Amino acid sequence: MAKLIGTDIASPDLLAKITGRAKYAEDFRVDGMVFAKLLLSPMPHARVRGIDAARALAMPGVLGILTADDVPQLEAPGEACLTNEPRYEGEPILALAAVDEETAAAAIELIRLDLEPLPFALDPLESLRPGGPDAWTEGNVLVEGEMKSLKWDGVDFSSVAQGQLPMGEVTTEWALGDVDAGFAQADVVVDETMVHQTQTHHPLEPRSTLAYWRNGKLFAHVSVQSTARMRASLAGALDLDIADVVVVAEYCGGGFGSKITGSPIMHVAPLFSKKIGRPVMLRITRYEETYVGRSRPGFQMRAKVGFRSDGRITAMDLFIVEDHGSYGGGGDNGTAGVLAHLMYQPENIRVRGVPVFTNTPPRAAQRGPGGVQMLTILEPLMDKAARELRMDRLELRRVNAPREGATFGPRETPLTSVHVHEAMDMGEKLFDWQEKKTWSGRRNGSKVTGVGIGVSPYTAGSVGYDGLLVIRPDGLVHIHQGVGNLGTHSVMDTARAAADVLNVGWDQVVIEWGDTSRGLPWSASQGGSQTTHAHTRANHAAGLDAKRKIQDIAARTLGGSPQSYDVAGGRVFQRGNPGRGMSFAQVAERAVALGGEYDGHTLPEDIHAMTIESATALVGQGLMGVAKDNFGRSGATYSWVVGFAVVEVDTETGHVEIKEYTGVADCGTVLHPRSLGAQILGGSIQGMGVAMSQRWVYDPKWGAALAKRLYSARPPSILDVPMDMTWAAVEIPDPDTPVGAKGIGEPPLGAGGAAIACAVADALGGRLVGRTPLTPDVILAELEGSKRPWRPLDVHVG
Amino acid sequence: MDEAKVTEVLEDALSRRTFIKGVIAAGATASSAGYLFRSTGGLAAATAVQGTAERLLTLTVNGQQRRVDVLPHETLAMTLRYKLGLTGTKLGCDRGECGACTVLVDGANHYACSMLTHQVRGRAVTTIEGLQNPDTEALHPVQQAVLDEGGFQCAFCAPGFIMSMTALVESTPDFTREQAAHALSGNLCRCADYQKILNCAMRAGELARARA
Repeated sequence: MAKLIGTDIASPDLLAKITGRAKYAEDFRVDGMVFAKLLLSPMPHARVRGIDAARALAMPGVLGILTADDVPQLEAPGEACLTNEPRYEGEPILALAAVDEETAAAAIELIRLDLEPLPFALDPLESLRPGGPDAWTEGNVLVEGEMKSLKWDGVDFSSVAQGQLPMGEVTTEWALGDVDAGFAQADVVVDETMVHQTQTHHPLEPRSTLAYWRNGKLFAHVSVQSTARMRASLAGALDLDIADVVVVAEYCGGGFGSKITGSPIMHVAPLFSKKIGRPVMLRITRYEETYVGRSRPGFQMRAKVGFRSDGRITAMDLFIVEDHGSYGGGGDNGTAGVLAHLMYQPENIRVRGVPVFTNTPPRAAQRGPGGVQMLTILEPLMDKAARELRMDRLELRRVNAPREGATFGPRETPLTSVHVHEAMDMGEKLFDWQEKKTWSGRRNGSKVTGVGIGVSPYTAGSVGYDGLLVIRPDGLVHIHQGVGNLGTHSVMDTARAAADVLNVGWDQVVIEWGDTSRGLPWSASQGGSQTTHAHTRANHAAGLDAKRKIQDIAARTLGGSPQSYDVAGGRVFQRGNPGRGMSFAQVAERAVALGGEYDGHTLPEDIHAMTIESATALVGQGLMGVAKDNFGRSGATYSWVVGFAVVEVDTETGHVEIKEYTGVADCGTVLHPRSLGAQILGGSIQGMGVAMSQRWVYDPKWGAALAKRLYSARPPSILDVPMDMTWAAVEIPDPDTPVGAKGIGEPPLGAGGAAIACAVADALGGRLVGRTPLTPDVILAELEGSKRPWRPLDVHVG
Repeated sequence: MDEAKVTEVLEDALSRRTFIKGVIAAGATASSAGYLFRSTGGLAAATAVQGTAERLLTLTVNGQQRRVDVLPHETLAMTLRYKLGLTGTKLGCDRGECGACTVLVDGANHYACSMLTHQVRGRAVTTIEGLQNPDTEALHPVQQAVLDEGGFQCAFCAPGFIMSMTALVESTPDFTREQAAHALSGNLCRCADYQKILNCAMRAGELARARA
């Protein structure tokens, strides 16, 4: 059989997606279903002194309210699904259910809240100033699990006026070598400050939930990135036995890190349903999604980097103030430092960070967390240094990028494989860098051309999860996937690893996914590009286990040694004597008759409890392949994307047109080329949106969000990007994983964002604007040197 | 008043914009009213908040006559999703920003979230469920093109994009990649799979021309 890995096969669920049959969370209906609406806080920080719901509850059709007193509350800084102390404008205070949604919405207007306004902080730096406001009554930073109030007493804030980040006490710090000694050896030192804006995830599907209880079991229809993990997360949050939770999540309309294992708002419908004894649908609107839907933490950051005349980085000193939002989450500043060390291999490095809570919506990982923010300062900074050093910008990156044997991070971690140099070489040719870099500064009327590169690494896989498959008497290989269907096609594509081991065609494979009652194995939490790596391994393991059992059964039935048998096309047969064999259908029947390990009656001891439960439910249905990924690994797995871009900046309007883009990946073996192209280019465009257009704006007086809809938040449209873009992959298998594949979800964003940021700076003659997003007003202000309506380090100004 | 007159008055008085204005004036912004519907036969008589009673309409949806009770301010998207069981039409924003709810009305693409159901009386509505030939199960050239090209990632935007592509290929025999991008610019894909979406549109044009 031809291998499935590496071929373009449309995802088996595509037909459902294009005929309207694919059901997302809000598409399900249950008898007796009622509707809930949320009451959101109008204040950024307040205490609920009283709730008067009498008139609402008296309205015909109203079934009840759910308040913070009805839901589990957590220790600071934990986030509950409803609160009596809202910490951002738009935080849900209560929910109301009624027989229909209009009644619920009308009734909720009759509820009177007595709120006591509390001081609030929108800007981390303002919160750090002496006397600055704290986002929590308990403080503004988390130190060893305790909330504390951190103020930078005695720190000179006057540097802010010059656009330089002041540097006071931090909560995290690590270093390797001696940065001062490193700077002493440098011929060129660049010191830049910049503000990277917070940005909402905005998945197209808002996180609506339908929940009901049957015989003590919770059934939850949710929009989530990782199905198996969502079950554990819901059980944990609601204090339930995992066996009492059924998660249905067949399709997920985008998450980008905001729905990895759900989010607190998904607890409202289950708890409300339990309270009123009716199935509850909580439809989340776009408006609400902006509040409860998570966002990428903004950075106010400073980077000082020293270069020798040959371009080698002798010292890197990073300082990051991270906007931690109302409930923390993310920890992007830590990742940013580790990635910077991996990427540029500075001889000496110091990384300092302080995540500060603010009264703005909760943060979470967003594709390429930390890396994206850091690259938008460090990559343009590299270009600035290259100008001073009179070096080719690609060459400067080559001088510093890691090669085989490189280590990184505070624990000097090794890599399983690294082929960023090959990706740079391939991109140089594909994009024609040597020619296109000469376009830099070319004028066409009011438009100036800029050219840029963005190099972006990210972690690309975890290990140790389970694979589970059953070959049934219908002869088909049913591959059970606990990973979610979040749009990357990995829920289908990683199954190819098992199919290839069994040497079957795709038409002999059935993927079972999206509903935990179907028997799903314990799986990776789908964030940080883990799935491709983790589940090609797990499925490869399950495939090998099934193959061994098939060979055993053939030998028992037909004689000879198990090793004398091979499998192909849904048959097991004797090598050199293909006529002597059995069909998979016959093998499956034989497995059921034999029992024991063959049909799942006995299971490996090292698999996860959830896999045991699932496998036990599938016992006796056919030949079972079930195994934990025990393949081992000798380092950290990282993937890379190198992006190349051409832009035109209109010096009269400030508008940036992206003319060309090429993305080249080092992600090991390619599972599904067309899908990889979508990841590289789609991810790169998301990065371009982060760098260029996506806005997050606050009214500083009232602490209220202004850019809370898609038209004002401005994620990229089809007209914001080139009509035709190119991508490629170096396709060098990772030697530390049997299939050779590494994840690719994260790195394209940093590549796209940084390549565009560098190209814009290039068009501006090497000037760094020091701010994202690079909206026309930001660029015009820079070009004209005009007075800006914001101060240099101000956040949330769009 | 005859039916046509009623529709005219309703369109006048209850355009989506005035409806939203009314909601904002009522101070409902914090709970995001306006993303609403009332269940058929539920509490229509008992509540007077949005005021008006349902009216039985006959709609033409995917070639079939469908009789349905509709409130004066009900949007087409809500009628399709919650009264006719056609959940293929998605709601991504309910405010005419994302295009996930795009349907065809007399062959032209419209945001179903921004049309009142009363406005489509006497007009032919086509949703994503109505593209496939019900007898032969043959896919529409646009759907076939998406299958051929492996289009879309999470695909929550897919029904809307496919309806806009359908309007394009059925109204324009030949088009460039740039024209396709403009024709699809009312639809948002947050996965940003725009490259493949344009490949699908170009392939759909080829298939449609081959069938013509």
